[in-house]
Amino acid sequence: MAEAEISPTAQRAREIAAAHAHLDGPLLPVLHAVQHALGHIPREALAPIAEELDLSVAEIHGVISFYPDFRTEPGGRRTLKVCRAEACQAMGAARLGDDLRTRLGVDWHGTTQDGAVTLEPVYCLGLCACGPAALVDETPVARATADRLERMAREVVG
Amino acid sequence: MSLTLYLPKDAAALALGADDIAAALTAEAAARGIELRLVRTGSRGMVWLEPLLEIEQDGLRHGFGPLEVSDVKSLFESDFTDHAKALGPVEDIPFFARQTRLTFARCGVIDPLDLNAYRAHGGMAGLERARGMAPEQIVAEVTESGLRGRGGAGFPTGIKWNTVLQAEGPQKYIVCNADEGDSGTFADRMLMEGDPFCLIEGMAIAGLAVGATRGFVYCRSEYPHAIRTFGDALEMAREACLLSESFDIELRVGAGSYVCGEETALLNSMEGKRGTVRAKPPLPAHKGFMARPTVINNVISLASVPVILAEGAAHYKSFGLGRSLGTVPLQVAGNVKHGGLFEAAFGMTIGELIHDICGGTASGRPVKAVQIGGPLGAYFPVTLFDTPLGYEECDAAGGLIGHAGIVVFDDTADMGAMARFAMEFCAVESCGTCTPCRIGAVRGMETIDRILAGDPAAPAILADLCETMRDGSLCALGGFTPYPVESALKYFPEDFTPRQEAAE
Repeated sequence: MAEAEISPTAQRAREIAAAHAHLDGPLLPVLHAVQHALGHIPREALAPIAEELDLSVAEIHGVISFYPDFRTEPGGRRTLKVCRAEACQAMGAARLGDDLRTRLGVDWHGTTQDGAVTLEPVYCLGLCACGPAALVDETPVARATADRLERMAREVVG
Repeated sequence: MSLTLYLPKDAAALALGADDIAAALTAEAAARGIELRLVRTGSRGMVWLEPLLEIEQDGLRHGFGPLEVSDVKSLFESDFTDHAKALGPVEDIPFFARQTRLTFARCGVIDPLDLNAYRAHGGMAGLERARGMAPEQIVAEVTESGLRGRGGAGFPTGIKWNTVLQAEGPQKYIVCNADEGDSGTFADRMLMEGDPFCLIEGMAIAGLAVGATRGFVYCRSEYPHAIRTFGDALEMAREACLLSESFDIELRVGAGSYVCGEETALLNSMEGKRGTVRAKPPLPAHKGFMARPTVINNVISLASVPVILAEGAAHYKSFGLGRSLGTVPLQVAGNVKHGGLFEAAFGMTIGELIHDICGGTASGRPVKAVQIGGPLGAYFPVTLFDTPLGYEECDAAGGLIGHAGIVVFDDTADMGAMARFAMEFCAVESCGTCTPCRIGAVRGMETIDRILAGDPAAPAILADLCETMRDGSLCALGGFTPYPVESALKYFPEDFTPRQEAAE
């Protein structure tokens, strides 16, 4: 049987891992870079990362599953992170979260059916004196309303 | 004609529209044929005035804010003098005038990525002095200053440094904990965005003090602007030979886990592992990153070192109260009229800060409570507002000062719901290593639900559970979650009575 084709995804993950292998404790920088490059960390990326960093696939799976930032499935075109922490709750974040979940038709961590938006809870953005706060991709929003956040999150990615 | 204006690019200012103001200023200046030099600074910390534009007149910086795009045209028409949004000299605004800015002296004043401006405003004086001192002398100076960990634990910084100085190892490290996860806190973010060279200088001094040649900053991923600014500052510092082979800093980014702000979980995370908490001993000072001697300090602890070295320990410790010496960047947040960062000597009372300086709530309703020290800190009712803000003083009042974030709630707050949220947060963020935290937080949520449903047996179970979490947890996440829960229950029992569901 001919040698299996190496997928471009696996190849990319291997290159990223190799580029970071010299670091002390390279795994988090590698996972961030893979997710940045591919949008998520697909299953097939694990084996090449494991080989390059001399880790087991199980160890890498354990790390991915520990950290909320890492996703193993594709997310929406935009990510809407809405703060649920105390300072924002003092300014109505609980209702804002409820409104957004209703409007978008998803629960926390969910992606809208049209693939436009992934809704993530976040526990503090450091924008605590102008809450409720949110982050649309990397754009910070203060005194957020559900209207504004939905509009920003649904803006077509240009 | 040319014109110099100062406008923050701090994330809070951006969240309030600073980039839109910048674009409008640039367009208006171009239309008028004015050559505009727009200096993007950090934030002064008066968040309710953001975006806060400044212009220098007669040697003083005058402010205008909070600005909207529609103000820009009239600002030019007024020639930046008599305008509805004029605030006068920025440093005369009472919120600012009442501060003692030592650690945040440059924040909001200079372009954070202008090394010449950094030097011109007193930067590098501490490092230059440290270079002429023996390591033991630097450690002694920091010990003498009375500086204690600003991350929350309050451990004397000099003593920690001395342990690492005495420790043997092939490589020592300085690790800066920039995993500022506590709600209501943003001092680390503001400093990294507004004066990153100050943190670099503080870490370089720490390196000289303990014999470490490598530093790391572990910043949370929720701070993309701080990551970008600090990363740019690192590159500039290398180009200027402020960082080199003899001491260099690497920036690492977290991945959304709150518990990684706990120092041993942070070390595991940096090593590429799950962010689980380690048992102590061994202390990180003996076996830290890669099992080698490691100083771990909070951003503000390290950023306070340059001024201590530059001005001397005696100057720094001349501020403060009791064993809480120097200044603390108080961060006032939540439902507050004039929120932001207020750097002051330890010892101000909660009431003076919240009522006199910050003007009470944003909603205009009465203050019900403040939570001090993040999600693991106690709720203080108004009856405790004569408590001075210091490590021992907050402890004696049944709470903790933590990273000095203070979240204000008005009288519509539901403390039963806040207590339940404290347990929910602990359950979400628990690293899972110890049982009291992992299981206790979930049982805690259920038990509070039972209290809210009127189960008479539940309060005693909750008290017992809190005792188990407090005494049996490996770190402060499980160990301190009882603070918000029990303080809410103690001071606001009326919020724990059975709920009438609004079914209609």
